[in-house]
Formats: sequence, structure tokens, C-alpha cells
Amino acid sequence: MKKFFSRFYITIIFIFLYAPIATLIVLSFNKSKTRAKWGGFTTKWYVELFENEVILEALQNTLLLALLSALIATVIGTAACIAINHMHRAWRTFFMGVTNIPMLNADIVTGISLMLLYLSFGMSFGFTTILLAHITFNIPYVILSVMPKMKQLNKHTYEAAMDLGAGPVYAFFRVVFPDLLPGIFTGFLMAFTMSLDDFIITHFTKGPGVDTLSTKIYTELKKGIKPEMYALSTIIFVAVLVLLIIINKAPAKKETGREL
Amino acid sequence: MKKTKLISALLMTALAAFLLTGCGGDKGGENGEVIVYNWGEYIDPDTIDMFEEETGIKVIYDEYETNEIMYPKVASGTSNYDLLCPSDYMIQKLIENDLLTEINFDNIPNMKNIGQQYLDQSKEFDPENKYSVPYCFGTVGLLYNKTMVDEPIDSWDVLWDEKYSGNILMQDSVRDAFMVSLKRLGYSMNSLDAAQLEEARDELIAQKPLTQAYVVDQVRDKMIGDEAAIGVIYSGEAIYTQRENENLEYVVPKEGSNVWIDCWVIPKNAQNKENAEAFINFMCREDIALMNFEYITYSTPNDAARALIEDEAIRNSEIAFPDLSKYNDMETFHYLGEEGDEMYNEYWKQVKSAD
Repeated sequence: MKKFFSRFYITIIFIFLYAPIATLIVLSFNKSKTRAKWGGFTTKWYVELFENEVILEALQNTLLLALLSALIATVIGTAACIAINHMHRAWRTFFMGVTNIPMLNADIVTGISLMLLYLSFGMSFGFTTILLAHITFNIPYVILSVMPKMKQLNKHTYEAAMDLGAGPVYAFFRVVFPDLLPGIFTGFLMAFTMSLDDFIITHFTKGPGVDTLSTKIYTELKKGIKPEMYALSTIIFVAVLVLLIIINKAPAKKETGREL
Repeated sequence: MKKTKLISALLMTALAAFLLTGCGGDKGGENGEVIVYNWGEYIDPDTIDMFEEETGIKVIYDEYETNEIMYPKVASGTSNYDLLCPSDYMIQKLIENDLLTEINFDNIPNMKNIGQQYLDQSKEFDPENKYSVPYCFGTVGLLYNKTMVDEPIDSWDVLWDEKYSGNILMQDSVRDAFMVSLKRLGYSMNSLDAAQLEEARDELIAQKPLTQAYVVDQVRDKMIGDEAAIGVIYSGEAIYTQRENENLEYVVPKEGSNVWIDCWVIPKNAQNKENAEAFINFMCREDIALMNFEYITYSTPNDAARALIEDEAIRNSEIAFPDLSKYNDMETFHYLGEEGDEMYNEYWKQVKSAD
């Protein structure tokens, strides 16, 4: 009986979480343009999606932004971790707090403040401003996932490498870096997904002619969202799902491998 | 080895970023560029390609979803747009805040295609027709399902009829809801008279138990799906819903209604004013206006384009091309100023929170 209820409870939760997405996926195969009618099964929205240059350009922007911002944020974030780890304890707590604030901050505050900052520097809005914004909000996520790995490090391996004649840079890349790698990888993927589905910050920092998928979808509100977007959202959902599976699988495998 | 690989990866990234920034500063076509800021899905993308080819002007195209989102972007000056396409009341607000520049109509010979009745209607927000060129327009009216209604529908009163309790869809926006109530009572939909507004509010509160829901986009889908008998809807959507469900009929109530017009306007800080005028002129050309009409399906004020529509039923459609003079009380929304907006919002809150 108890088992039945726990299963029932879990099922309810999953229905609440996934019913909307399932609806979206079903609608993306609906021949009729309106959600009120089922016009038969079709994959034409997927075909039309890939013939639509505007959407493809938005997709390209989105992926490029996600990749570049995640890469750059990973480098900056990892470097920051090394620095923070070597700080005096009080300073370390302070800096961890400071890096956590932007994550808890509402997106709209980050977006508007970045817009105001760019304006005061007289920058012209475009791809660069979005990229800078994405790097900014990605860095804390990288630090968050690299820092625990940093704390697990055995300090003495680095010292031993130095004793054996390695320079600091060489010692870092040969000894410290491999141990940090799972954390860095997780941070990168997390940053990538955060950038992929950001709307508000992108909206405030974008310039004319540059659209990401989320801003593009939003502009269709007046005329009603086109079914191509259902198809695209389905693809994004699957992509994010795959990424999450990789994130959750990857570090686990690495660790068990090392223990053996 | 690993180190050099990482460094080269970093350099590649930096290079890519640099190249992309470089692209941003590109000045575009041989005859410069024009930065257009329009509603989403509000143009046939092919017409942009045709414009670029014919004029050598590069179009940088950007989209917004509501007038309210467009306004701060233009007012704050984050980007120097050359051309906007806001609605009536927003144009009035832009004019009042000195954000628009006068259009040089010598550069827009195709202006002759625009029907006089639309220019007359535009005078409500642009009194001398100096700043705006109409692009799309429409009315607001009642969409009803013939199989669920057994009497001729021609008045807003039907939304207060208890027979249709639970089958009525209202628009979930302050001005649209109050427009219905004010018009039904015989007042102006731009009224700032507290007594009139209170009366309209009380009527809306009285109507509330009869409504199925306050919705925006869902009117379209719910009516197609036979989920309600009567809904308040924009005429542009009405033709589409009729195509999907033949039992639906659209009518502009006899008490009068809202006629909205979206127009091209040029903001004061435009860098390429002449190119913007070339773009407006191109959009007013009859074949281009026809393409856009077919793509957007919202009514075009372009009489020459209307004459080119092949489907007679649509060319003579009372829904797509209403004779505005036939109705007594067609009005356009005015910008009411901050105090006016606040007043409406306050009354709207009372409607929404009423039991």
C-alpha cells in the first residue's frame, strides 16, 4: 500500500512536469495550424523549419553564443577558482559570496543593468554585447561547479611536481588540470545550457538584426506562435535533455574509473 | 603539447569573437542601410530581399512583440532605428514626447495608393498626417458561432445576455475591455470622465459571472474549437478563424468599435532617413502591399493593392475592408497620458478582483 502511494505520488509529479512539454511535442506533429484541431500527423513543420532562413540564423546565433560564452566563461571561471582557492579564508568566503549573488539575482535586474552599463559606455548593441552579457552570467556557474573539485585537490601533488622540477604552468596543466577536468566539463555544459535558454538578458542586450531563438519566438506573440516553433522547441528540449544526461553521467564515470 | 593545444583553442575563440565584432560594424549594401523595427511576423520576408535587390540598401530587420516593449527601446536610444511600425496610440505618445521626425512625402510617390479614409482616421493620432504612413489596420468586433447563437448579433449587449452565460470570451486587456463597456453605454472609448468609467466598470463587474474567461490569443483557438459561443476579437484574426471553422461569423457592433491602425514612422534619431523613406515607398507599392496582405492577412489600407486581390470574396469582404463611414462611432485609441493610464488600470484592477 505504501509503495502504491509513493509510486502514485511520483507519477503525479512527473505528469505535472512533463505534460506541457508532451503537449508541445504532440502539437509539433499537428497538420492543422491551430491547437484546437487535430488535422492529422505531419512532419512538415520540421521541414519548413529547416527551410526558414530567419529561424536558422537565429539558431546559429544561439549556438554560437552558447559555445563562445561557455568556453570563455569556463576559462575565466577556472582561473578565478585557482585564485579564490589560494586566498586567505575570510577573503575566500567573501568572494564566493560575491560570485553567488549574480546567480540569485533576478535575470531582469542583470539584463537592465547590463543595458545601462553598455549605454553609458556608448557601445553599439549587437552580437558582442549579448556575448559579453552571456559570459558575465555564466562565470558564476562555472565557479560553482569547479570550486568543489578544487577543494578535493591534494595540495601536495602540485608541490611534488614543483619539487621534481616542473615549472608552475607545466605543473598546473599536467597535475592540477586533469583532476579539475570533470568539474570544468560540468561547468562548461552548465554554462552552455544557461546561455542556450536565456531570454530576458538577451532581450535587453541585443541590437537590431541579431536574434536568438528565444527572442525570435517571443516576437511571434502578436500573430500567434507558428507551428515551426513547436517543432523547434521540441528539438531544443531534446537537445537540452541530452546535454543534461551527459552532465549527470560524465563525472560519475570519471570518478569510478579513477578509483579502480 | 596539451598546453599549446589549449592556448591555440583560446586564440581561436578570441579570433572568432573578434571577427564577429568586425561584422557588426559593417556598413552593409552599396547604398547604405536601413534599420527597421517592426512587429513580429508582420512582413513577408521575400519583400525585404526584393527591396535590397532593387535599391542596394541593406535592411537590418528587428522585431518587437508589443508597443510597450518597443517604446523604451526607442526612447532609451539603445539602437538608432530608422523605421518603426507602432499602433495609433503609441504613435501619439511618440509624437507627444518629440521622438518622431516629419516624413518627406516627396520621397514617397506611392502614397497615392493609400485610401483617403485611412488617412482621415489617422488624424486622430497624427492630426496633420505629417509623421505616419498607414501599413495595416483592422477593427475589433464580435466573433460568434452560428450554431450556438439563435438570433442576429449586432450589438455589444449580447455579451451581457444571460443566455450565453459561460460561453462568452472577453479580451484580457484594460483598454479593449473598457472599450466594449464604454461603447455599449454610448460613451467614447477614450473617455477620461470618472463617472462614465465607473459606470463602465460596474457593467464589467456585472458581466463577469457570465464570461467563460478573459483571454488574449486563446479567443482564436477556443472559437475554432467550438469552446465558446461569442468572443471579442480583432478582425485580422476573424478571417483566419473562419477559414478553420465555417460556422464562425464576425460583426462590428452597431454602437461602434475600435479601429486600429499600425503606421510606419521615422524616429528622430534615425541615421538613414532617406533610406527609411525609400523603404516606406517600397512597402506602399501595390504589388508589395499585396504580398504583405497575403502573408499577414491583416487588412491593408492600400487601395491599389486591394484592387489586385484575385479572390473576389476577400476583395469585397466587409470584414477585411469595412467601409469606415458606414459606422457612426468608429474610434481609435488615444494616448491618455500617465494619469489616464493609471485611472484605467485602477478601475481594471477592481474589475479583475471582483467576485
